[in-house]
Amino acid sequence: MHMLLSNSMLHLAAGAEQVTALDKFKDFVNRWSVPQYSLPMFLLLMLGAFFGYRKWTKPIIFWPMMLVFTIVYFGFIPLDESYAAILQKPDNVPISMMIFLTLYFLWLGLRQAAINDHNMEVGKPLIEEDREDKVLCWPDLVYTELLAMVLCTVVLIIWSVCLKAPLEAAANPAGPPNPSKAPWYFLGLQEMLVYFDPWMAGVVLPGLIILGLAAMPYIDTNPKGNGYYTFKERKFAILTWMFGYLILWCVLIVFGTFLRGPNWNFFGPFQTWDSHRVDALTNINVSDIWYVVILGGKLPSSMLVREWPGLVLSGFWFFALPYLLTKIKFFGRLRTQMGFARYYLMAVLFVVMMLVPVKMVGRWTMNLKYIIAMPEISFNL
Amino acid sequence: MLQGVINSVRESQVWSSIFRHGIPRDRRTRVMAIMSNVFLHLHPVAVRKSGIRLSFTWCMGGLTFFLFIAETISGVLLMFYYRPVVEYAYSDIIQMRAALTLGVMREIHRWGAHAMIIAVWLHMMRVFLTGSYKPPREFNWVVGVILLVLTMLLSFTGYLLPWDQLAIWAITVGSKMAEATPFAGMNGPGRELLQLPGGIPIVTPYSDAKFLLLAGDSVGEAALLRFYVLHCIAIPLGAATLIAVHFWRIRKDGGISGPM
Repeated sequence: MHMLLSNSMLHLAAGAEQVTALDKFKDFVNRWSVPQYSLPMFLLLMLGAFFGYRKWTKPIIFWPMMLVFTIVYFGFIPLDESYAAILQKPDNVPISMMIFLTLYFLWLGLRQAAINDHNMEVGKPLIEEDREDKVLCWPDLVYTELLAMVLCTVVLIIWSVCLKAPLEAAANPAGPPNPSKAPWYFLGLQEMLVYFDPWMAGVVLPGLIILGLAAMPYIDTNPKGNGYYTFKERKFAILTWMFGYLILWCVLIVFGTFLRGPNWNFFGPFQTWDSHRVDALTNINVSDIWYVVILGGKLPSSMLVREWPGLVLSGFWFFALPYLLTKIKFFGRLRTQMGFARYYLMAVLFVVMMLVPVKMVGRWTMNLKYIIAMPEISFNL
Repeated sequence: MLQGVINSVRESQVWSSIFRHGIPRDRRTRVMAIMSNVFLHLHPVAVRKSGIRLSFTWCMGGLTFFLFIAETISGVLLMFYYRPVVEYAYSDIIQMRAALTLGVMREIHRWGAHAMIIAVWLHMMRVFLTGSYKPPREFNWVVGVILLVLTMLLSFTGYLLPWDQLAIWAITVGSKMAEATPFAGMNGPGRELLQLPGGIPIVTPYSDAKFLLLAGDSVGEAALLRFYVLHCIAIPLGAATLIAVHFWRIRKDGGISGPM
């Protein structure tokens, strides 16, 4: 699908005698970093991290892993120009910070969850259980706060002295840079533009993220896991939330900042951003698949007739699926526990979130563009 | 001799008019230290020991607040040197870079903003992982969600102010989304449904959601002023108010969360 000039080919073209192992490795990483391979891998990694949380969170395993990751992450800076350029761009520094801090704190949370879950099994108290043991805020809390503030100030000042805030050429309304990127924290949403129209990616999805987050405490009726780290008692809530946060938010931000180049084309971490590369896009809609590919005919001219397969599919996804899920034992139990309103609010938010990976898979496997394509009324889904 | 000076300062009328208690060394004076200070009395007098462990709280909520203060101070200083007008905005930033001694205020402001966003996300992750949004803290979580959105909007509105290529095109990308708002955007689905009698459309390029955001059909002079006012006045006021509510509710909902 992509016209990739591999590092090995560039190396040969540059007159080198042979392809080094490093070039081969870089090609390998570039080839496997495209979303259709790397996103499922990140998902598997996340599931592995959560289901194997009792093993890898042991400090003796975690810290060596973190060390290796750090060495690999920064070790390629002197070995590859494109990689160095991406990582050392001042505005991209927060992304590296986000990656390391998220990994560290994910470990810290899961480590305590592992200890608590074990303690509960053997009847020992939780780490957090010391209701009677109170300390005065002065000095125990205020000194911690003071130290945190001092440390934060020091880090901020060092960061500010070492790295100049970026300032590009004066604004030119006639000359958009390529690529034009939103601020980094919105790049997950800009990445969504690959799969959805702006009304979904920029308005409906972020709106539902905010609504879903706000509704969360009213939906989640599980009384367990209130005020302490645990995974065992809240598996569904934690996995769903973390899928949204780690994969659909953080990983897509990393893609958007590090791996999306000119024309929003995808570039591997060791690939030069070539602004002349054109990726052929021959995407098709559900209506094309139904009328042209399956029935072998032409698209009907009437909009509603043309789009009925997509309308039926969407209707199934948004309205029937939340009900049908209750036939699965786990969701059936949730339905009983949560009651009608809570369950359907949760289920609709859940299927909307799941529409994102479903559409991604549709794009990767059959070049799916729209499930419903009604450009006549600007309604494309 | 030094001790003598310290003692006479501590016994002076000025000192004792400010600090109503002795050095916080015993239980009574430590309680007084918290209760008699307007800033410290945000804290309760005593807290659960495991509640304030750093590995439990990650201190991320506190750091977000601290960064908010750092942003306010550095932001006020930047306002002395910056004029939100297309003719001056960019050159003021250049001037700031070239002419100011120890000119790291813009760096502190920009990197602090990035750090604040990361801190607020991690704070949300911690609250989620400890299930601290569960009753009785549901409403405070909602306040937190609004603060999260305000933090990102603060950063987003600030992104435009340097008026360089990075700024206007990032905001252009962002505001293109507003154009596609269902019912309220010029290119959004459902806009045709909003019509006055006689087929007069309500949603036009001069009345849609993007126009509301930019005060124009593209990122221009009016958008710069609008973002400046939002960035320096409207959103910080809203955020400060909600931060007060957020902190107050922590106390009212039973302090730092812990096993029930």
